Amino acid sequence: MELKDIINPNNLVYEKPKLLTENTMHYCPGCSHGVIHRLLAEVIEDMGIQDKTIGVSPVGCAVFAYNYIEIDWQEAAHGRAPAVATGIVRTNPDKVVFTYQGDGDLASIGTAEIMHACNRGENMVVIFVNNGIYGMTGGQMAPTTLLGQITATTPNGRDAGRNGYPLRITELIAQLPGTSYVTRQSVHTPATIRKCKKAITKAFQAAIDKKGTSFVEIVSTCNMNWKMTPVKANEWMVENMFPFYVPGDLKDSSKNDPESYTPLKN
Amino acid sequence: MGELRLMKGNEVIAEAAIRCGCDGYFGYPITPQSEVMETLMDREPWNETGMVVLQAESEIASIHMVHGAAGSGKKVMTSSSSPGISLMAEGISYLAGAELPCLIVNVQRGGPGLGTIQPSQADYWQSTKGGGHGDYRLIVLAPSSVQEMNDFVELGFKLAFKYRNPAMILTDGVIGQMMEKVVLADYIPRLTDEEINEKYGSWVTNGRKHNRQRNIITSLEMDSVRMENNNLRLQEKYARMEEEDVLFEEIQCEDAEYLLVAFGSSSRICQKAVDQAREKGIKVGLLRPISLFPFPKKPIAVLAKQVKGMLVVEMNAGQMIEDVQLAAGCSIPVKHFGRMGGIIPSPGEVVEALEQKLIGG
Amino acid sequence: MTEEIIIAGFGGQGVLSMGKILAYSGVMADQEVAWFPSYGPEMRGGTANVTVILSESRISSPVLNEYDTAIILNQQSMDKFEAMVKPGGVLIYDPNGIIHPPKRTDINIYKIEGTLIAAELGNVKTFNMVVLGAYLKAKPVVKMESVEKGLQKSLPTRHHYLIPMNLEAVQKGFESLELVQAV
Ligand SMILES: Cc1ncc(C[n+]2csc(CCOP(=O)(O)OP(=O)(O)O)c2C)c(N)n1
Ligand code: SF4
Ligand SMILES: [Mg+2]
Repeated sequence: MELKDIINPNNLVYEKPKLLTENTMHYCPGCSHGVIHRLLAEVIEDMGIQDKTIGVSPVGCAVFAYNYIEIDWQEAAHGRAPAVATGIVRTNPDKVVFTYQGDGDLASIGTAEIMHACNRGENMVVIFVNNGIYGMTGGQMAPTTLLGQITATTPNGRDAGRNGYPLRITELIAQLPGTSYVTRQSVHTPATIRKCKKAITKAFQAAIDKKGTSFVEIVSTCNMNWKMTPVKANEWMVENMFPFYVPGDLKDSSKNDPESYTPLKN
Repeated sequence: MGELRLMKGNEVIAEAAIRCGCDGYFGYPITPQSEVMETLMDREPWNETGMVVLQAESEIASIHMVHGAAGSGKKVMTSSSSPGISLMAEGISYLAGAELPCLIVNVQRGGPGLGTIQPSQADYWQSTKGGGHGDYRLIVLAPSSVQEMNDFVELGFKLAFKYRNPAMILTDGVIGQMMEKVVLADYIPRLTDEEINEKYGSWVTNGRKHNRQRNIITSLEMDSVRMENNNLRLQEKYARMEEEDVLFEEIQCEDAEYLLVAFGSSSRICQKAVDQAREKGIKVGLLRPISLFPFPKKPIAVLAKQVKGMLVVEMNAGQMIEDVQLAAGCSIPVKHFGRMGGIIPSPGEVVEALEQKLIGG
Repeated sequence: MTEEIIIAGFGGQGVLSMGKILAYSGVMADQEVAWFPSYGPEMRGGTANVTVILSESRISSPVLNEYDTAIILNQQSMDKFEAMVKPGGVLIYDPNGIIHPPKRTDINIYKIEGTLIAAELGNVKTFNMVVLGAYLKAKPVVKMESVEKGLQKSLPTRHHYLIPMNLEAVQKGFESLELVQAV
């Protein structure tokens, strides 16, 4: 069989979403960011909202997210994506706006912005990629770095006395009345990828239905700065991160608590 | 003619914003400018024109909210006072880098640090020479009356959109807290989404349309050659501002032998000082830079050939004087008189300084 | 004609609003006006002052080092502003709470028993209107109709029922000004 017999529309079982651009991704092989980008592109395409969706990219490895998904984007300063998104969605209430942020971006330098955007219930989606480290700047400690975890700035492991404790910010976010859907997902197996796609879809639907802030944490790997193979990194994540960052829905007002969210009047 | 009112400078900023079709205001309370947001919240423009008003969690958030909304082609603004503007420095640099139009109002108070809530002009350097990082410029307008507080809101937006650059109204507690008569502008409707797409479709991020490519707003460029080109484009834009949009006022300069140079509230004090000095027989005029960037270099150079000396009067330790000295050259003395810490110089003090530093000396 | 006035006293005496009504009266009489207050926390309980300028022509500085008229309502303000009245100018004060009366001999000095009169009128809040009336006797810079119109403009509609009472206080002050010294 020749290559052209294999690459043949009749044999197609799996295809690049149209919204993903032809640009080669700059992510390290095995990095979770690439998978998450693909899911986002699929969801936006499936929902047919590419003409009214605006993404806000962070400072972090995903700073160039705008190079990969064919929609309008703004690139925000480090940690400020929720404020930028607030500005867009408040003045364009019929558009669908999401932020894409890392753990340093969202849970350290941008803590105030994310808390207050969620507390106001800004009608938007937050995609929070928690890889427990500062990927872009070369593997320094993040607020979500686990106790004992080795990073460039905690060479002997994170020590609570010196560095404080890992921050479960998603648990805090779930307490806020402005959020309607708060969930923790991962993308390390086909099954979790499918589940994560459902969660992202639900989050975007909530934004379309003007239900306030939907927050999707995706526990991820940074095999590069964790200094592991991609496979090992996935194993390490399951063993070490999941016990502390437990996957599952933290809040789903469509199911149990519709009163906890008061819709925003603009 | 528009409606005549007696209003505070800060209140007028709010009223002018509503009337000029502003789409949104994002801010955080700080004295002496809190009346801007208070007036907006009281006026409830969201019911009248659809303008959004939001009290943000900080000045940092405010300016990045401005970024988001400006990036979608909206006419948006924020206001603060000195310490809050320092916090906004990051966002202002990003706005300049991403070439987004917006209006920022700084009702200055004395610093450094928490300083004082009393008026000051010590943010001249911060406003005209950067403040945030990188080679960028703001369009800076310095009103000297409540009427100009009104007029410069629309003018600021006009210039901001002309150049796709943030514009700043640099004022202080004197003009912000003072009430004067003001003729309010007539209402201009806010742009519809269709109008925004028609005018600014080449760059706004309000949802990719079938009839256009997607847009990306960013100040990031990792390729040095392209980044240098971005910088050169910005510099060309700033040079064009210096060619086309310099604003200044000359008062009693025709026969002047001495010149006062002052902006904003100081220029009001200097107007009185000119009258007082002329009563004493001193032939003095006043040059008032209205646009602090672009700075009125040429009229200062021309007057440097006419007068025997210049006194730059500012409520700071000597900031604008550097620009005046550069423009005037070395042929005549250029001296400074300033008060700090929230003390406003009186016209009498200015005349005294003129006599001591230029005429006597 | 330009009239440059400083009104100074305690926060809570209605210094700023008296200046505001005067400024509005000026607007009603088609004059140029400027109203520049001291601002900040000192307004609450501490001293408060406001500069009001009424003029036929464009007003230059809202910040002044000498005044045509000083209206002085406490001792701190007397200490600060007595020296800043132009020679031949006017100083009006309420003797209540004044330990050191003015000593200048080159200015016109008047007294107004504003605190007492307001108490007699049965509403201490009209104090500032009594003082305004007294000022208008000494310096008729605006007509009574303009004051009435000024009150209408500066008070929110829900407070308009208070206007007759305020005008009565202005009238009472107008009649009660006492000359201490004329130059
Ligand atoms: C104000 C500011 N401070 C610091 C930096 C440097 N910086 C860039 S990315 C980053 C951390 C990113 O970590 P994270 O948000 O976890 O994203 P990741 O790269 O791990 O996806 C830092 C500190 C910056 N760009 N701006
Ligand atoms: S450094 Fe880490 S987060 Fe960044 S691209 Fe590589 S693996 Fe991904
Ligand atoms: Mg990270």
